Amino acid sequence: MPPDAVPAGKLFLRKVPLGERLLNVYTWLTIAYAMAPIAVMVVFSFNQSPSGRIGLRWLGFTTFWYQNAFAIPDLTTALVNSLEIAISSTLAAIILGTPLALALARYRFRGKTVTDIVIFADIAAPAVVVGASLLSVFLALNLPRGMPTIFLAHLAFNLAFVVVVIRARVTGLDRALDRAAADLGATPWVTFWKVTLPLIMPGILGAGLLGFALSIDDVIITSFVAGQTLTFPLWVYGAEKTGTPPQVFVLSTFIFVAGLLLAGLNSLMSRRGAKGKT
Amino acid sequence: MTKKTSGVLAMDPAMLRGLTQPRLSRANFLRGGAAGLGLLAMGGMPTRAEAKVTDWHAWWAAQKPTKNLVFANWPYYIDVTTNGSDHPSLDDFTKATGISVKYLEVIQEIPEFYAKIAPVLKAGQPTGYDLAVITNRWELEELILQKWLTPLWKEKIPNFAKYASSNVINPAYDPGNKYTAVWQSGFTGIAYNPKLTKREITSFEDLWDPAFAGHVGMMNDNLELGSAALLKLGISPTTSTPADWAKAVAILKDQKSKGLVRQYYDQSYINALENGDTWISQAWSGDIYQANEKGYKDLKFVVPKEGVMIWHDNMCIPVGAQNALSALEWINYYYTPTTAGIIEDYVDYVCPVPDAKGYIADTLKDPDVANSPLVFPTAATYAKSHLFPAFKNYAEYKAWNDTFNPIIQA
Amino acid sequence: MAKPEVAAGRAHRGRIGPRLAPYLLSLPSWAYFLGLFLIPLGSMVIMATAIGDPLDGYTISDNFAEFLTAVSQYHDEFVRSFVYGGVSTVVTLLLAYPAAYWIAFHGGQHKSTFLFLIVLPFFVTFVIRVLAWQFILADQGFIFGPLKDLGLLPENAYVLSTKWAVIGGLIYNNLGYYVLPLYVSLEKIDRRMVLAANDLYATPSTAFLRVVLPLSAPGVFAGFLLVFVTNVGDFINAEILGGPSTSMIGNIIQDSFFVDQDYPMAAALSSLLMLLLMVSILIYAKAFGTETIQDYAA
Repeated sequence: MPPDAVPAGKLFLRKVPLGERLLNVYTWLTIAYAMAPIAVMVVFSFNQSPSGRIGLRWLGFTTFWYQNAFAIPDLTTALVNSLEIAISSTLAAIILGTPLALALARYRFRGKTVTDIVIFADIAAPAVVVGASLLSVFLALNLPRGMPTIFLAHLAFNLAFVVVVIRARVTGLDRALDRAAADLGATPWVTFWKVTLPLIMPGILGAGLLGFALSIDDVIITSFVAGQTLTFPLWVYGAEKTGTPPQVFVLSTFIFVAGLLLAGLNSLMSRRGAKGKT
Repeated sequence: MTKKTSGVLAMDPAMLRGLTQPRLSRANFLRGGAAGLGLLAMGGMPTRAEAKVTDWHAWWAAQKPTKNLVFANWPYYIDVTTNGSDHPSLDDFTKATGISVKYLEVIQEIPEFYAKIAPVLKAGQPTGYDLAVITNRWELEELILQKWLTPLWKEKIPNFAKYASSNVINPAYDPGNKYTAVWQSGFTGIAYNPKLTKREITSFEDLWDPAFAGHVGMMNDNLELGSAALLKLGISPTTSTPADWAKAVAILKDQKSKGLVRQYYDQSYINALENGDTWISQAWSGDIYQANEKGYKDLKFVVPKEGVMIWHDNMCIPVGAQNALSALEWINYYYTPTTAGIIEDYVDYVCPVPDAKGYIADTLKDPDVANSPLVFPTAATYAKSHLFPAFKNYAEYKAWNDTFNPIIQA
Repeated sequence: MAKPEVAAGRAHRGRIGPRLAPYLLSLPSWAYFLGLFLIPLGSMVIMATAIGDPLDGYTISDNFAEFLTAVSQYHDEFVRSFVYGGVSTVVTLLLAYPAAYWIAFHGGQHKSTFLFLIVLPFFVTFVIRVLAWQFILADQGFIFGPLKDLGLLPENAYVLSTKWAVIGGLIYNNLGYYVLPLYVSLEKIDRRMVLAANDLYATPSTAFLRVVLPLSAPGVFAGFLLVFVTNVGDFINAEILGGPSTSMIGNIIQDSFFVDQDYPMAAALSSLLMLLLMVSILIYAKAFGTETIQDYAA
């Protein structure tokens, strides 16, 4: 039986080697390190802020800002915009990028090196450059700047990152599995859907997470191509210079808690899944 | 039986769309590339779209009143309800005139805002903003030189002439208020925390005091930085020459090499002051007021004895504004003691309407603001204040930057 | 009986599909790269050679001297960015790897949950995270305050506005982004190889060094690419956490662009930055071995 397929409930009963235990603790420490600034954010979302701006001195506990979480209409709209763009551009990047990742990982073809260099350059390009150059293209094409142009810009950088991540996953896949599927009469299309895709799904998931995070956080490129539209990080980056309203912390806490709930749900479901199997 | 066609030909509809969308046509690539080149160069291409207006009288006469206004401003620069959701003065404006205001707090720094609107204006397209608040710096001069601002129709804004302070009428950077009307002004002086500095601060000398090593904040805005050094040397920045700049940069280098400066800050100097990371810093008058509101009562603002910089944030109408008449309506509405008073009570910078003082004292019953020399400065303070140097062309601007940037950029 | 790959090929013989396959697969992405990346970028490089000013306009010329000026004026910042970027990326890797390893190998059914937990904080806006660090690292904040009260630190010591704060911020900011690709490639390592190594008398550390580590190379590389590039070009950490002598090249480019409006210089700096990044990563990829370049790297 593979070493890590242990029913969840028995995790603490089996003898865990010291190295593994240390790593376990280390992972929790890493999670704590990752969470440190978030803890600050959550704590101060409950801080009294008489001037409507976050002051990093504790003045007292209040849930006022939670009651008025959506009081700044621009901020809430900005948040919704960010989520829409992040989800759509990530999905589009995965759809466009997976074929390219497959092509790069599996085939030798003319232009492969050039493609590598282009993807590379896309990742290496400074955001200011990308933003300004995209704006001029949009102006030339007379595209009104707003959600569509933000989407295009985010897709542009997401694509490169997504290709890199999925490609890393694809390159270690055993081609023998594909051949076995072919032997069993599957066409390449079926092979892709039934064999390759499930195998690279963790890569797609990883790329999806990465793309989503990159998109929801982008400030510079978005600031060039957004026109009057605001996204959440754009709003915050601007407000940060003069003072952040507590609603920013509140809404971010919402996002974070939603994510935590998803993680909890995921954990519950995987535990139930395991129970069902054994 | 599965499809006979090869996998890649029976492709995902999304991919199919991606392949056939018109934006990917070759003509567009070439056009986009060439135009992108020109536009990015901001001058290589002749203007397209709307023709330039030469007869503004006729243009204004042809404007129709609208029910909308898009107003771009800095954050925290207008009155706001406690929970952050409403702006009472804008609501009152809507009630009085029927014009609904889309208020966008999109200006965090002038250079970045300018970078957003300049390519659009160059291409002859509307920016989407009817009113924007621009500080009197190089970018404002550029807007005027490039003729990207709509001249104001004075007949429609009688309140401006009636109520505006003499300090904002006919400024040097916009003679006759052809294009601008001041929204707020501000002083750049020194802020400090007496508990940490352990003494009173009175002069620019104090920013060079070795006792504060590692805890002095300077601004990373090279206009402010250079001006502070010039004032310390007793030179008025407004009339300074490149020889003066060389002297100023020498003492700034000295300050930096002695390790006095903690950091060259943008507006976040206020956070550093609040946290106690810096004890003394260049500062903008209204920020300290607002910090006191936030709960940091220790911080104090002082007008140094050598002088103080004064700057003006100006309302102006970019060319191509769709609701230009509404913009004028707002300017007229703002320049009244009532509205200016309501807004000033919140913003706490320098008010361009002296009569608002009475309104704030009597109706709003806020003596702190009404009697504050920072909101309603005395003639003595105005006598000590200096405007930023006005650069006549890009070469001068570049010379200033090349002189002072190395200090900030390490 | 023919070999499997020949048999498969024979089944598709006569159809153009497979030979065109890579080209067709790449086409949608390529079209995108061309239109929305390469062409705008090309105009940027050309901009660096232009002469003129913002008011009167620019004319394309062959002023390659701008590149030389850019290097001579700002070589300190270039070096600094690469040092900060390199150091922070390596440290991020060292921090992320053990966690990714544990999750991939010993996470059990809760693998994705742990992954989620590590990556989740990085969904909160970047700026908020940096601001939080500004608060945590404050001179009299809840970490340094007590330490100073206890006398463990000199009263005047500070971390904020020094290069350590900037590097620290850079290390933190991409931790989640490094864990992801590491996890992805560690996860797909067949456990039986580790078992096989054990069967062949390898100690756990040998099994790790000789089997797991090399097999996770694609993840290490992919993550390095992402994180190194982001860190070198970053300017927000330097802006919020940094001090008088911590300007990175990203700050310079921003200022050149927006404040100075010196577009030829900004374009020259950007092009140089890209070039240097690409060269350094190519060098790194070569260090991995030529085989690696072909299959894993750009």
